[in-house]
Amino acid sequence: MLKILKYSIYDLLRSRWSYVYFIFYLALGFVLLFLNNDMNKAVITLMNIIIVLTPLIGTIFGVMYYYNSKEFTELLLAQPIKRSKIFMGQYLGISLSLTLSLVLGLGIPFLLYGLFRSAAIFDFSLLILVGSFLNFIFVALAYNIALSTENKIKGFGYAILIWLFLAVIYDGLFMISLMTFNEYPLDKFSLVATMFNPIDLSRILILLKLDISALLGYTGAVFKDFFGTTKGAFLSFLVLCLWVILPLLRIKMKLRKKDF
Amino acid sequence: MIEIKNLHKKFGKLIVLDGLDLTINPEGSEGGIFAILGPNGSGKTTLIKCLLGMVIPNKGEISIDGTSVLKKWEYRNNLNYLPQIANFPPNLTVIELLKMVKNLRPKASNEQELIDLFSLYPFLKKKLGNLSGGTKQKVNLVLTFMFDSELIILDEPTTGLDPIALIHLKELIQQEKAKGKTILITTHIMSFVDEMADEIVFLLDGKIYFKGSVAQLKEQTNQSNLEHAIANLMTKQHA
Amino acid sequence: MRIFFIIFVFFNFSAYATSIEVCATCPIKTIKEATAIAKDGDTIFVKKGVYLETKIDVSKAIHIIGIDNPIIDGENKQESIFAVKADDFSISGFHFKNVGMSYTKEIAAVFISHSTNFIVKNNKMDNVFYGFILQRAKYGILKNNIIIGHAIDETSSGNGVHIWKCKNLRIEENTITGMRDGIYLEFVDKSSVSNNTSEDNIRYGLHYMFSNNCKYNNNEFKHNGAGVAVMYSKFIKMHHNTFHYNWGTASYGLLLKEINDADIYDNIFEQNTIGINIDGCNRINYKNNHFIRNGWALKFTGGCYTNIFEFNNFLHNAFDLSYNSKLNDNKFEANYWSEYTGYDIDKNGIGDVPFRPVKLFSYVVNKTPETLVLLRSLFVDIINFSEKVSPVFTPDNLMDEKPLMKPINPLE
Repeated sequence: MLKILKYSIYDLLRSRWSYVYFIFYLALGFVLLFLNNDMNKAVITLMNIIIVLTPLIGTIFGVMYYYNSKEFTELLLAQPIKRSKIFMGQYLGISLSLTLSLVLGLGIPFLLYGLFRSAAIFDFSLLILVGSFLNFIFVALAYNIALSTENKIKGFGYAILIWLFLAVIYDGLFMISLMTFNEYPLDKFSLVATMFNPIDLSRILILLKLDISALLGYTGAVFKDFFGTTKGAFLSFLVLCLWVILPLLRIKMKLRKKDF
Repeated sequence: MIEIKNLHKKFGKLIVLDGLDLTINPEGSEGGIFAILGPNGSGKTTLIKCLLGMVIPNKGEISIDGTSVLKKWEYRNNLNYLPQIANFPPNLTVIELLKMVKNLRPKASNEQELIDLFSLYPFLKKKLGNLSGGTKQKVNLVLTFMFDSELIILDEPTTGLDPIALIHLKELIQQEKAKGKTILITTHIMSFVDEMADEIVFLLDGKIYFKGSVAQLKEQTNQSNLEHAIANLMTKQHA
Repeated sequence: MRIFFIIFVFFNFSAYATSIEVCATCPIKTIKEATAIAKDGDTIFVKKGVYLETKIDVSKAIHIIGIDNPIIDGENKQESIFAVKADDFSISGFHFKNVGMSYTKEIAAVFISHSTNFIVKNNKMDNVFYGFILQRAKYGILKNNIIIGHAIDETSSGNGVHIWKCKNLRIEENTITGMRDGIYLEFVDKSSVSNNTSEDNIRYGLHYMFSNNCKYNNNEFKHNGAGVAVMYSKFIKMHHNTFHYNWGTASYGLLLKEINDADIYDNIFEQNTIGINIDGCNRINYKNNHFIRNGWALKFTGGCYTNIFEFNNFLHNAFDLSYNSKLNDNKFEANYWSEYTGYDIDKNGIGDVPFRPVKLFSYVVNKTPETLVLLRSLFVDIINFSEKVSPVFTPDNLMDEKPLMKPINPLE
């Protein structure tokens, strides 16, 4: 698996898209810091971008890589390697190279602007951590889609759809149900609903660190009580891990029966 | 020795292999060149992919040298495969790809000879994405023939090759055969079959419809030309 | 005639010029003794040392001055240290300590009632139940006192400065921290609160009720449990104050409840959960205020009429404005809104498209507060944008017709 990982990273690190992605984050970081020089504010703006963009890029990139390297994958499949190792290697390759673009792209400008001397370092680290998680989660989802869909166009369609669902539609349904069941206590429901969507979970984790919980009133207190404790933080990262592990398990299941 | 028993494969509702039985090189016999032929959609590629473990059969058994290979992967170390479409990671160079595949199969290889043979030196440092189809196919051939394995599977090996390369390919196949290897080839080029194949395996509707030497086939169909003989096989079926 | 003159001079001398010294080695060893023998106009100098005294009655026009900050330790007894009921007095330079807590009595370091024309300054108070309690006093000054409490909860703690039914007071340059309310005023008229710092108090930095014609200016209110509350008062001026870091589920920079005819200008509201919570307030002019990075800059919770907001800066608040009804009788004009994305073709510094400070999400949150968990999600951005393009839910006449392109008097 490490061999496959090595070569897919090798391949991806030379791909134009990795650079475009890297340069995008680099430019974004510099522009944000240049515009207001306030690291805290830059972190908030970055959050808005990261929780929407990393899932989108992750899914698109994952699906694209799968379909583009289909024939090469077939070549690998004829080599004496276990199937799951090939795909895990590729999966890790994409996720890591995307994460590398994110970490370096944002890390460099923030370091140059004195991140280590700033109090924003924890928020920034959390942001990067959550962004990386989102990369791993959405590439895994993309691989699930691609493995289940032979048709490339359909695959792309589903990928966009799953992103759209988790980034937008889910929140819409969430809001509508909150408004409909106005009379009932909704904090537990909100908590659970947040857990079921990695984008929402990431957003809440960062928002609470930026201490917006005060705005949330009672629900905020419930959230803060939950996420603020070590147990809550542990649990939410566990959920994020599950969001990586469950799709990966499905990939493994799928691979057992998949014909190439 | 390859032994395939009662192999079934469906893709959705489409039955591709329907209780296929095939034995290649029964115990004791020397290697040889086997051409797997059949009309489009007859299950050639599926059969090969089953053998490679890329397609998982619904039912049946495949064994090589007496051991089952289904759901295993180690046996592929003794198997070389030339895929139909030579599509490689575009950002790797030829030499990196060779290194990588060597890395994946820790066994002796003679890529240097093959690179000489196909005059690939000028391309070694080029990215695979920038190579022409023919050159890619040559790289593909190098990857296939550089290892010393008992079983060699070639899926449309002649695609995109110039005449010189084609001659080299034929030489290579003969050399391997001389070493006692078993070589499975699918192709649509009948002259190639006529020239190379020791035996023909003809697939139709997911079953082996004919298995025997070229001479036997010609005899059975009363045709002196292989192309016609094959055509005859197909029309007979349809008649 | 001459004898009369001598008698007159002597009388003067004895009546106005006596000074009494108090110290451990002096003939008079306690402040209580000194106040007992002092006559109107006398000055008592208390030298450095620790005096374990409570219930020191001051009922004459005397000046009590601590030299080198003598300590008066109340030993946590349930009694005030100074109980004053006098005119024309002053107390200064003391360090009060350990005034006991009581659930039934009002106990303060300095308790002043029915007094006129006084000044209490340059004192330090540490671990006191109440710092000052003033009742029915007028024309007094509390200046440059430092009050430090260790309040844990509201029921067992007192206020730094607690004023009830007073008139014409000036509360200046005091620092109050760790009390229940920093400064509490009830039924206080024509008074001013200025240049004070009130921070880390567990309830309000300043709590103001039924007090008309007062002004407070140049104060800093920071990190108080619930911010500053001004209620049921008329004709108030509030300016050049800073309200910041009042951050918590029920906190605001400033709570205005039933305030009429006030002027609020040149204040800074920074990083409060709610900048100003406005409940049933009419005819208030808001001008030149800065609202920076609050959860809500302005939150209206009751019927508010004819308020005018002009030349204010709204910078990076999660919500600039939250409105409880569609009805709008308030004027927003010529403010700077950092969220404004319009343009200014004629370069007159005024945006050519009006700005709508109420977002759809803010409306939704008003109806269902729990939806706030969706803050900063893409979905919310999308619905806000669609509402901006064609308003359906938000009051369509609530807008700033002349949004400024640049902030006014930007802070550095």
